[in-house]
Amino acid sequence: MPCLPGGGVMALLSADHISVRFAGAEALQDVTMRLDPGEIVTVVGPNGSGKSTLIRALLGIVPVSEGRVQRMAGLRIGYVPQRLMLDRSLPITVRRFLSLPARVSDAAATGALARVGLPGLKGAQMVGLSGGQMQRVLLARALLAEPQVLVLDEPTQGLDQPGEASFYRLIEEVRKQTGAAVLMVSHDLHVVMAASDRVICLNGHVCCQGTPHVVSSAPEYRALFGLGTKGALALYQHVHDHDHSDAPEHDHPHGPKHGRKPGHDHDHGHGHAHV
Amino acid sequence: MFDDFLVRAVLAGVGLSLATGPLGSFVVWRRMAYFGDATSHAAILGVALALAADLPVVIGTMVVALAMAVTVATLAAKGWAMDTTLGVLAHSALAFGLVAVSFVPAVRTDLSAWLFGDILAVSQMDLALVWGGALVVVGLLVWRWQGLLTATLNEDLAHASGLNPDRERLVLTIALAIVVAVAIKVVGALLIAAMLIVPAAAARGLSRNPEGMAVMATVIGAASAVGGLGLSLLKDTPAGPSIIVVASLIFAAGTAFGQRMKH
Ligand SMILES: Nc1ncnc2c1ncn2[C@@H]1O[C@H](COP(=O)(O)OP(=O)(O)OP(=O)(O)O)[C@@H](O)[C@H]1O
Ligand SMILES: [Mg+2]
Repeated sequence: MPCLPGGGVMALLSADHISVRFAGAEALQDVTMRLDPGEIVTVVGPNGSGKSTLIRALLGIVPVSEGRVQRMAGLRIGYVPQRLMLDRSLPITVRRFLSLPARVSDAAATGALARVGLPGLKGAQMVGLSGGQMQRVLLARALLAEPQVLVLDEPTQGLDQPGEASFYRLIEEVRKQTGAAVLMVSHDLHVVMAASDRVICLNGHVCCQGTPHVVSSAPEYRALFGLGTKGALALYQHVHDHDHSDAPEHDHPHGPKHGRKPGHDHDHGHGHAHV
Repeated sequence: MFDDFLVRAVLAGVGLSLATGPLGSFVVWRRMAYFGDATSHAAILGVALALAADLPVVIGTMVVALAMAVTVATLAAKGWAMDTTLGVLAHSALAFGLVAVSFVPAVRTDLSAWLFGDILAVSQMDLALVWGGALVVVGLLVWRWQGLLTATLNEDLAHASGLNPDRERLVLTIALAIVVAVAIKVVGALLIAAMLIVPAAAARGLSRNPEGMAVMATVIGAASAVGGLGLSLLKDTPAGPSIIVVASLIFAAGTAFGQRMKH
């Protein structure tokens, strides 16, 4: 199941058999992955499975104890961390924050804030932002870097429902406009299955990786998510596997009977041939 | 007019504030208060070593302060429990310094000048050192400003932008050693940390952006120097501590004012 596409192309980011150790405990073991230009790759896995650690290792924030991380030279990265801890002792407005580390024009800052749905927030103090506002400001800053890669660690946490939907729409729009690749951590399996080119399922090591389709039918993935997500995922896959015309069907999954049989998700994974 | 000891004292205080304003802001933002203590206390040891070896005091203080600052930064990077480690280092540096000083008669006689400064006895040479050191520090900080600020705000964001937070930290470490070396004559080893922290803390409540806070801290530092010297002249109080007293009063007034504005 580990099918790595684009073997010949220079990867933007890649990890080659990396392990990361924190105070003796291994958070990642022997992880190999790559991100190619224009791709959307999503990392899924339970809490504590090393998703953020993988991202932080790829960005050079945490050192690897084994293996090698490579970033394309001069790669522009727009990073939205899982959470940003700010110290109250440092006063800074949203406008000033957007100009770090590269100064941006007022017009660019205004434009970026409008794009993430926060017009008129320029003068607000960063420490006073709500969780959802903070996520949006972080995305605005990431976009201002004119990134070749957007690295998003659970970017929609704290966003309201319309915010979440427009967040993903914005990401898609940015990718279309700029061709930026996206590496994202998400617990939102619906989005993962609908929007990713590739999924990496992580649990300390790579359980499986490949197209959403391949991953969702892999027994390792089932073992991690099959029971945890009960019927919802099974239903979703059912729809997804059979119907590629998209949106409307998602709201009306075929019949409630599937939903009542969470233990039988493997019954629904029979549509592989469609993709 | 540079002959006038009072003018020299004022100029020394103002010159020092140019460096301690922005550097002190970083000390506050990064919660490096104890770090400043350890580094400046170590300077006493530097004074003793320099005099014993017949070297210029500024060299001795700078070398020892730098050694201490690098030690502390290294231990911090290795994940030591910093509160305790810095407490131990700051106090033992002072103790070692005081013991070392007891072997050097020249220092022993005017120990209090090294501990609390002797701004009224600043020579033209000292003045040149203070301004030279302050300008180097300001230059360093301005040069690295965007990177320093990003790394201070969040190291992960700095990494992702291709910056190296360790290098930024080293810039601050070096700047701190320079300030300690040139400030010891003005406010003394015991009060350098206060000169870094108190004006910056007073500026916090009055600022909306980092640059504003750095400038405000400089202004408050300079005002404290002038006010402290005035107090010292009027009431015949020790100059160094008087400067910090004024800075603390400004801090208290600013905090009270800020509280009132909120209600
Ligand atoms: N800085 C650190 N120091 C020590 N241990 C760490 C550190 N960062 C992560 N870990 C450990 O590494 C493991 C993986 O953590 P990580 O944050 O990568 O998980 P995650 O998959 O992102 O989880 P979540 O879904 O909760 O965000 C956890 O056991 C965590 O305790
Ligand atoms: Mg995480």
